[in-house]
Amino acid sequence: MLSNVSFINKAFFQLASLVLAFGWCACAKKQTNVERGIQNGELYIGIGAEPAALDPHLTTGLTEYSVMLALLEGLTTLHPKTMAVEPGVAQSWVISEDRKRYTFHFDPEARWSNGDRVTPEDFIFSFKRILSPALGAPYAYMLYPMRGAEAFHRSQSIDFGSVGVSAPDAHTLVIELESPTPYFLNMLSHNTWWPVHPPTILEHGAITDRISKWTKPGKFIGNGPFILERWRLNNGISVVRNPHYRKHSKVGLNGIHFLPIAVQSEERAFRAGHLHLTSSVPIHRIDWYRKNHPERLRFDTALGVYYYMLNTKSGPLADTRVRQALAYSINREDLTKHILRAGQKPAYHFTPPNTGGYQARARLPYDPQLARKRLAEAGFPDGKEFPKLQLLFNTSESHRTLAVAIQQIWKRELGIDIELHNQEWKAYLATRQSGNFDILRAAWYGDYDDPNTFLSLGESRNGNNHTNWHDPHYDALIKKAAKETDPVARMELFQEAEAILIEALPVIPIYFYVTSRLIHPAVKGWYPSLLDNHPYQAIQLKK
Amino acid sequence: MLTHIIKRFLQAIPTLWIIVTATFVLLRLAPGGPFDTEKPVSPEIKLQIEAHYGLNEGLHVQYLRFLGNLLKGDLGPSYQYAGWDVQEIIAQAFPVSLELGLWALLVALLIGIPLGVFAALRHNKPSESALMAIATAGICLPSFVLGPMLLLAFAISLDWFNPLGWNYASDRVLPALTLGLMYGAYIARLARGGMLDVLQNEFIRTARAKGLSLSAVVGRHALRSALQPVVAYLGPATAGLISGSFVVETLFFIPGLGPFFVNAALNRDYTMVMGTVLFYAILIITFNLIVDLVQMWMQPRTRNE
Repeated sequence: MLSNVSFINKAFFQLASLVLAFGWCACAKKQTNVERGIQNGELYIGIGAEPAALDPHLTTGLTEYSVMLALLEGLTTLHPKTMAVEPGVAQSWVISEDRKRYTFHFDPEARWSNGDRVTPEDFIFSFKRILSPALGAPYAYMLYPMRGAEAFHRSQSIDFGSVGVSAPDAHTLVIELESPTPYFLNMLSHNTWWPVHPPTILEHGAITDRISKWTKPGKFIGNGPFILERWRLNNGISVVRNPHYRKHSKVGLNGIHFLPIAVQSEERAFRAGHLHLTSSVPIHRIDWYRKNHPERLRFDTALGVYYYMLNTKSGPLADTRVRQALAYSINREDLTKHILRAGQKPAYHFTPPNTGGYQARARLPYDPQLARKRLAEAGFPDGKEFPKLQLLFNTSESHRTLAVAIQQIWKRELGIDIELHNQEWKAYLATRQSGNFDILRAAWYGDYDDPNTFLSLGESRNGNNHTNWHDPHYDALIKKAAKETDPVARMELFQEAEAILIEALPVIPIYFYVTSRLIHPAVKGWYPSLLDNHPYQAIQLKK
Repeated sequence: MLTHIIKRFLQAIPTLWIIVTATFVLLRLAPGGPFDTEKPVSPEIKLQIEAHYGLNEGLHVQYLRFLGNLLKGDLGPSYQYAGWDVQEIIAQAFPVSLELGLWALLVALLIGIPLGVFAALRHNKPSESALMAIATAGICLPSFVLGPMLLLAFAISLDWFNPLGWNYASDRVLPALTLGLMYGAYIARLARGGMLDVLQNEFIRTARAKGLSLSAVVGRHALRSALQPVVAYLGPATAGLISGSFVVETLFFIPGLGPFFVNAALNRDYTMVMGTVLFYAILIITFNLIVDLVQMWMQPRTRNE
């Protein structure tokens, strides 16, 4: 078999040439996005996932918001650093004495990206669009503070004229409210209140057309600091400077590239110079950055709470003492410090600290002894005879880790056994909706910076309250707070409501969210923001 | 030959119909719907949204309408990505997956065939065992392990390649290797088996006895028959490779079809699932047909069957 050799050599030659080609491909080092971006004034941001849409009236997520913030602008904006309300399309406004009528005076420089002036009529069209039941806008309820908006949206009135919005002249918009809403001006920076360009909408379908293609590059007309230039699914969205923007000269960037890189890969992309900014940091890399590049690691408090929802309909969870036992036995400091590790804050109440300037006074204790006592009072001394309850979470490694830890805590401190169950996202949502669970992992992010966005969750009529817990006194307090004009008295009402919630514990708060990001030192003007609201006008890239 | 092709196409129609129908039914049996969200909308609004997509009608009406649209070549709008049609998404993402798949196929063939043939020629020698051990390990190594390993070695430690992206020619290398090596390992095993079978035949011995060199015997006489099992495998393998890999495309941030396939199912994006499943089914059927034709060419005996 000596003649094998030449043939085998040939085969190996083939392999060797493949390896060589492999090496050759790897030659010449390319300029990274980060370098190119700094040179051209273009920001590369990781957004973690592909936005579902860029229509401000249809989207619900923060990912979508972060892109649309570059493309559209509402009546008011928020100061990038202080988050104070600032002029947007409206350059000034007058609030009536009863605080139920807002008159907005438009900035004559406010323009659409095709040069058209942004008019009050455009806003009326937009409000009508989002409130039209046929559009099926998931977040239309954000407009309910406006008089008649809820009735119109719920088809109780079919005349949009009954909604409290009007344009007395070409530069003025008047909005009337159901009741004084202290956070109203704040709310206006939410995408549901943003305008869309009526001719563009109508050119691509009816006003209530959901499947319209108006948000594609080349078609999208916006009034924000940037224009949509490119959008490829799972590849990236690019925006460039809008020359018609009212404060065009104040915009510090020439463009932004939003890259939907999966959160597991973002850190790698950051390290390789593909991104100036990531949407998250994997837990296992946090310590490395803390040690080697603390200046690139950013933790910002977020307006969100991670909690366990309890089904109080029947069984042991119907007993407040059992719920208290479960809540009091958890050592949240330990969980945040050793398991979560990304700077999350232990939650001893439901509303995150400093939500609209509100600090909850009610606190649930960490007291395993008291927890055992409560459980014994409920008829389960040392957890004896306690039925096996299920803890359900949506499939995710981090939820599982936390659930396992809490399962062990309850076993150790209370002597009770909990079964862990996971379901993929949509199945989990369906189970939650059907109320077929004992304990369920949940989270809530505030829609606006006010305790109402958290505490209204405990109202019996709230569609997101799946706990079967209701308390008429609690409902009355939340209703009263909505009508209270004195800010101090209003906060007191929330304090009272929160105290009821923390005593009854239909939900067990566990921790308050933190946004963790990696940020390149060249990025200036990116400030901590509770609502993850980072106006791009303020951002600059400097070497 | 032509009648054969036509016959196969006609056979494909009921197959596709069964696939589409089964997918339709399974999708509707899965808990949760496309418009269930973390902050659920009110029932009235949900009805409005569902009405946009005809989901408020009876299942049979939806099914018939789906089939009707399908005949017109309309896969409908994606439920997850408002404003995007399923066709549009496939048209945008498929060329990328196709390119990646073809590179991976090249890797698989260039590695698999020489390795397999070489191993067969070294039958019962330690080098054969070593090669086949490597091939078995290659088959067992899933892409979510191999990918990060290649990344760590060639992108992060050696810094030869970008760790993700699909912008430069060199960005093709690591994903193609990740995707192709596993198939290559499998092809190596098939090629080895085929070659061993063929080498035992009389005509090989005759050829050798006539004084032909080993390379001539293998190249001219043995290879064509030995590769039969490889060719049979290439049909489904090619369809699998070019229809996109969720793991590889997500890992390397490649805008291909793979992630859409998986995410559509997770999001209960009914139209998108139907579209991608149908597309994949057509690919498999087409490639199996091509394989049949190639096999006919390679094996004259089957031509008349």
